[in-house]
Amino acid sequence: MENSQLAALAATIAPDAQVVQGKQFVEITLRPADLYAVAEKLKNNSDTALDMLVSVTGMDYGTDLGTVYHLRSTVRNHMIVLKTRVSDRDNPEIDSLCALWPAAEFHEREAYDLLGIRFRNHPDLRRLFLDSTWGFPLRKDYKDDINILAR
Amino acid sequence: MEEAVKAPVAEQEEYVINMGPQHPSTHGVLRLVVSLRGEIVRNVEPHIGYIHRGIEKMCESITYPQIIHLTDRMDYLSAHINNEAVCLAVEKALGIEVSDRVKYIRTILSELTRIQSHQLFWATFGMDLGGLTCFFYGLRDREMVLDIFEETCGGRMIVSYNCPGGLMNDIHPNFQNRTKEFIKYFRKTLPEYDRLLTGNVIFQERLRNIGTVTREQAIAWGLTGPVGRASGFSCDVRKHNPYSAYDRVTFNEILYKEGDSFHRYKVRMDEMWESMNIIEQLIDNIPPGAYAEKMKPVIKLPEGEYFQSVETARGELGVYIVSDGNKNPYRVKFRSPNFVHLAPLNLMSKGAKIADLVAINGSLDLIIPDIDR
Repeated sequence: MENSQLAALAATIAPDAQVVQGKQFVEITLRPADLYAVAEKLKNNSDTALDMLVSVTGMDYGTDLGTVYHLRSTVRNHMIVLKTRVSDRDNPEIDSLCALWPAAEFHEREAYDLLGIRFRNHPDLRRLFLDSTWGFPLRKDYKDDINILAR
Repeated sequence: MEEAVKAPVAEQEEYVINMGPQHPSTHGVLRLVVSLRGEIVRNVEPHIGYIHRGIEKMCESITYPQIIHLTDRMDYLSAHINNEAVCLAVEKALGIEVSDRVKYIRTILSELTRIQSHQLFWATFGMDLGGLTCFFYGLRDREMVLDIFEETCGGRMIVSYNCPGGLMNDIHPNFQNRTKEFIKYFRKTLPEYDRLLTGNVIFQERLRNIGTVTREQAIAWGLTGPVGRASGFSCDVRKHNPYSAYDRVTFNEILYKEGDSFHRYKVRMDEMWESMNIIEQLIDNIPPGAYAEKMKPVIKLPEGEYFQSVETARGELGVYIVSDGNKNPYRVKFRSPNFVHLAPLNLMSKGAKIADLVAINGSLDLIIPDIDR
């Protein structure tokens, strides 16, 4: 399916979301509250059929935090990108997609570890690489005077 | 003395042992906390992060040509292919089309990388399962590929030969001859690998129906590369989204449907034959041309997001670059195959024996620096 058709289809599946046809993929920007429901529809719809989660990227946009999901259909060989943002930096919460794609488990733990985004309903949300004394190093306001030398 | 007749404690109670971080079969600093009942594995919990270097954070403060050198240090057995992923992403963002010469050389080097990675897999996998001879045979042959790398790239494992816009240098005059010599030699030697290990009854008994993953599970967990293809999941990026010169060569995607440890091994053995076929189709036809495009001294990517995936020796490596128009990326994410493959380890090894855990772990061919990044 062409990206333009896919974008039109995505707009019918997620009417409240902002659907953009990016340079490479169709990008859907959602409110965090809609994320799980839309992801479930995109997975189960036979035309989008997004059965594989490629990656989950935690993002720090300066003021907001967010996640980017790269989803692929192994049946139809296309990709769709889901994006969501939360503005509460102290207690950012996003729904976990582990129930839809078990691959999300480690990806979400990584995003929690490095950016401090909490995933609701995650089966085992613990830090992955670092211990609990660390801050969240991938945040833009992270400061570490000892280990990171300013250039 | 009625109580003394009771079964030994080990079979009644669950107990926990630490495998690693310094354990010969984990091939690096991976710690597995294994819950056992007798010899049966009840739960495996991987603990990672022992060599987390924060590569993604480091990338945010360096330039794109510098990032190449960090990607070598992720999956060090697929260094060329990792480099290529970043180069392709940068070239796509800038709209640069590299010459056919570069595409051919990149493809040949990627396939040589795949061969040497699978050779090392064969060597260490045999050693994990008690066949020490494999280790000597595998490393002996791998040395020939590393010598080819050394001559052309200057480095043996950590090569950094690709750069945005092409290659660091042109190939060495001996490159084609030595590669052809190696292929001729290895076509004779590879059947020896099968005679030594593949047909061995003990070896097969330890792998068949161990750590089985179905096709549906492979897709749901995002398993790619030899691990996914052993379960019948057609996921070869070289076939589905060809890059460099992969659209100009014919090769088979190796697929099995059993999904056990033995077939993960088989996929890699068969892939070495396919890699040799690919190299033979290209090695005599490297077209003349520039080995690198002229690039600006400071590379700035236009604002936007770029995603590129390539097929490393272990699976799909995705590079996701978010640029705000500066000379450093705003955010870089590496979707590394080993990180994804580690997640279902518990699923695969539940109910298996502790010795099978070594076999399953070996058949996943994990590279720990790629998990930790």
